[in-house]
Parts: sequence; C-alpha cells; structure tokens
Amino acid sequence: MGILITGLLLGGTYALIAMGLNLQYGMSRIMNLANGEILVAGGFAAFWFWTAGSLSPLLTIFLLAPLAFAVNWLVYVVVLRPLVKRAKTRGQLEVDAILTTFGLSFVAVGVMLATFGGDYFSYSYMLTPVEFWGETYAVNRILAFVAAVIICGALYLWLNISRAGMSIRAIAVSPDSSRLVGIDVPKLSALAFALGGAVTAVGGALISTFLTLDASTGVIFTLKALVIVIMGGVGDVRGTVVAALLLGVLETFVARLIDPGLTLAAAYLLFILILLFRPQGLFGRRQS
Amino acid sequence: MSSGDYKALALSLALLLIAICLPWVVGDFTVTLAVNMAMFTVLATSWALFSGPTHYISLATAAFFGLGTYTMALGLDFLPYWVLIPLAGLFGALMAGIIGLATLRLSGVYFVIFTLGLAEMTRQIITFVQNATGQKGILISIWFEETTFYWMLVGLAALIFLLGWLIGRSRLGFALRIIGDDEEVARHSGINTSLSKVMLFMIPGAAAAMTGALIAPRYGYIEPLIAFTPMLSFQVVIMALLGGTGRLWGPLVGVIPFSILWEIISASFPNQTTLLLGLSFLLIVYLLPQGFVGLLLKIKAKLNNGGGS
Repeated sequence: MGILITGLLLGGTYALIAMGLNLQYGMSRIMNLANGEILVAGGFAAFWFWTAGSLSPLLTIFLLAPLAFAVNWLVYVVVLRPLVKRAKTRGQLEVDAILTTFGLSFVAVGVMLATFGGDYFSYSYMLTPVEFWGETYAVNRILAFVAAVIICGALYLWLNISRAGMSIRAIAVSPDSSRLVGIDVPKLSALAFALGGAVTAVGGALISTFLTLDASTGVIFTLKALVIVIMGGVGDVRGTVVAALLLGVLETFVARLIDPGLTLAAAYLLFILILLFRPQGLFGRRQS
Repeated sequence: MSSGDYKALALSLALLLIAICLPWVVGDFTVTLAVNMAMFTVLATSWALFSGPTHYISLATAAFFGLGTYTMALGLDFLPYWVLIPLAGLFGALMAGIIGLATLRLSGVYFVIFTLGLAEMTRQIITFVQNATGQKGILISIWFEETTFYWMLVGLAALIFLLGWLIGRSRLGFALRIIGDDEEVARHSGINTSLSKVMLFMIPGAAAAMTGALIAPRYGYIEPLIAFTPMLSFQVVIMALLGGTGRLWGPLVGVIPFSILWEIISASFPNQTTLLLGLSFLLIVYLLPQGFVGLLLKIKAKLNNGGGS
C-alpha cells in the first residue's frame, strides 16, 4: 500500500514532465531530446531561489513558467523553425530534430557544468513527515503531486475547451488539414513547443523538492518522459497520465523490492512490452 | 571490376600500408592517439554501414562495446584471447538482432530512443548483478604494447572496409539503398525491409563488441563505468556524420580531425567536452548536412562544371 501511494505520488510528477514532452513531440512535431535539460534547469532555478532568497519552490514556478516559455519559444523560432521549413518529409525533420536537440542538450549540460559544477544538489523543503494508513510520507512529495495534478488538469481543460487548445490538438492530428481550416500552424506549433518547455521546467522545479539532481541527469528524465509518451500514445493527454502513474508505481516497486539502481531497467521493461504488443500506445488506434 | 575499381583498390592498399607503417615513424604519444583513431574508425565506419543507408541513428555503440569488454573480462579465465574476440562479435550480433527485431519494425524514432538508454540500462543490470554477487571490478591479466592494439584495430578496420565494399555490391546493399530512398517503394518491390535492416544492424553490433573485446586489456581493470561510457555512442555518431555517411570512406574523414580536436579539448578543458559535442551536432545539422564528403563532392562538381563550360 505504501509502495502504491509513493508510486502514484511520483507518477503524478512524471505525468507533468511527460505532458511537457507530449506537447512538444505530439503537437509541434519536434522530438525534443533536450527536454530533460529543461527539467534540470528548472530544478536548478528552484534550488537557487530557495538557497539564495529562500523563495518557496511553489512560488518559484510562477516566475519560472513565463521565463521557460520565453526561452523555449525563442529556441523554437530561432533554432528549430529553419529545420521545419527545410525538411521535405516527416522523417527528414525527425532526424534533423533529433540531432539538433541532442546538440542543444549537450550545450545545455556543458553550460550548466561550467556555471554550477558537476556536484549533486539538493535542498530540504517541507521535509516534514505525515502519516496516513500507517505509512509515513514526506509533505514535499504530496505538495508536488497536488501541484502537478492542478497543472495537468488546467492543461487538459485548456486543450479541450479553449480555441487555441483545440487548434493545437487539431495540429496533432493532421498538420496539413488544419491549415485548410484556417489554423495558423507555424504560430501555434511555436506556442505548443514553448508551453511544453514551460510545463517541463515547472515539473523540474517540483521534482527538485524531493529528488537529488545534477547537471547530467537530464537524459534519464528525457528517457522516462519518452517512454511515458510512447506508452500513453503520442498526442494523447489521458494516455500520458495513465502511463506516467503506471511507470511511477512500477519504478517504486522495483526500487523498494529489488534494487534502487534498477529504475531505468524497469522503465525499459515497460518500453519493450509496449513496443512488442501495443506500439500505438495504451489507448491508441492501430494505424492502417 | 572497372578501371575505377582498380584505382580505388590500389589507393586503399597504399593507405593501409601507410597506416601499418605509421608506428615506426611517429612517437609514443602519437601512437596512443592513433589507437583511438583506429578504434573510432572501426566504430564509425561500421556505424555508417547501417545508419548511412537507413537514416536510423543508432546510439547503441556503447552498449555493444561494453558487452564485448565484459565478454573478454569474464571469458579470459576459460578461453584464449583470440577465441574471445570473434565470440564477442557473435554476442554483439545476437544482441543487435534481438534489439533490431523488437524495434526496427517500427518508426525510426522508437529505435533512437531505445538505443539511447540501452548502454545505461545494461550498466544498471551489470552493476546490480555485481552487487548481488559481491563482486566489484574485474582485473585483466594479459597486456599488450600500444602498437599491438593499433595493428589489431587497423586489421579490424580493413575487414570492415572490405565487408562494406562487398555489401555495397551485393543484393542486400542494393535493397538498402532503395529502403533509404523510399521505404514504401522498397516494400512494394518485394524487399523484406525489416529483415534487411535487422541483418545490417548486426554488423555495427558485432564490430563494436569485437572492438570492445579487443581493447579490453588496454584498460586492465573492467568495471561498468569504464565499459559502458554513453559518451562513446555520441562520439561515434558525430565522427561518422561529420565525415559523411554517403561514401564508405566518409567516416574516416570525420574520425581523424575529430579525434585530434577531442584530444586537445579533453587535455586542456576537460569539463568542456560535452559542450564540444553539442556544438559539433549543431554544426553538422546546419552547416554540413552531408558531412565533409558532401562538401568535397560539391566542390568537385563545381570544379568540373567550371572546367567544362
């Protein structure tokens, strides 16, 4: 029971991170492999504000979100849009995007190593234990979970109700047809990319309250987010949430019962099963 | 064979001869650098054999390399060195086959993601097994001169080139060129696209595992962090793409300058190697999409045009 709840709490934060990646890959069609570095940068920001200005991470995210939005929007417009224009096919864009975002991720790691050093960083925020059903949990994990749920919920509503959100979902389904019905695809793709980056950075700030990060851990989070997005189905918000919770629970099980060093192997096991049996995602329809 | 083929053959043999004689001419430091270059030539050329025609970016090199290193480290108690190298190659091909069967039927993105974490996952599992059995690293008792490693790697590189040349002339190579141009067309003309890709992927798998096995005694002490360095996969990708994957000799053109640059950067700014990797990726995508080979061919075409008109 304790494992299940801890797993769900972890999965909630994963859902937020994967949602960020899903906005970028599913909606604006850029496989962003620098996603984990945005997360770590968000964590760094939260750490820095907490130690230097003792600003609570829950407040930092309000500063962080617009900043990350702006940075990611710039990255999209300056770095990635030329590739989108240059690419003749979807495959070409994918290869280019993968190489470019690898480049960006290494540059980001290099810059973070140069400015912050290679040390692990962690801080204790709200490390008070609470007890229910006979198990103790740290308040920071619960807070992060609640914040993730609120943000995910808001995002879900925005995507389903607002005009911009629905247009973005239309792009996810078919970028070519959405142009025909008067959707400004380049502008909204940039918006989705920037929003995805902002969500990921916020996720990073939240995750830094209870996990130890260092400049080069980004790639692990990128991998986990990718596994979740593929498991949930590309562009599918509901699937992403379910997959994230599943991964959180599985990881916690493996870490508690077998060995904490095997979390990535656990994620991979899920990944292989999905690739073999449901490559279209948990709720996806098989493409003809 | 046409006269062009004979010319190419003569040139390759001359280059091979120069490569073999190199250790007698240069100093110890250069030989150490040359070992790295020979190693990356094997890895990058075999990488390009698969990723060039298919456009699938494989990041599994480090995983295969580590598999080979561990085959050597664990097997030396039972088998001689010379048997273990082909054995490692066999394991590498087997592992590549399994990965290929699971991922290569799907879109290229899945393959990239899968290979991205493969080295890290294998490392986690080996660390776990070592912790469970109470073992730490493994000492390797045999040892060779740097020049011996160099000659063995040059030999392996020559084999890879030969293999690449043969594949280029075979039915498989023809099929792969069609797949690279248009997979749909390839499928309609009766090519089993997944099987061709899986078979081809076994080559870099075997080559990287053999390299890892061959070079394991150079480390002396094997532990997961040494055997599975994720950086290795990225270095290979950059060198191959920098050189260009359109020609068999393309990666070699990338390996030589990048190895030297890498040596300089890691000697004077050891913390900035990741930054270098990142900037190289960006450079390739924006300025050299076809690598040095593409650049050379473009210049050549321009010169020919200028002379003809």
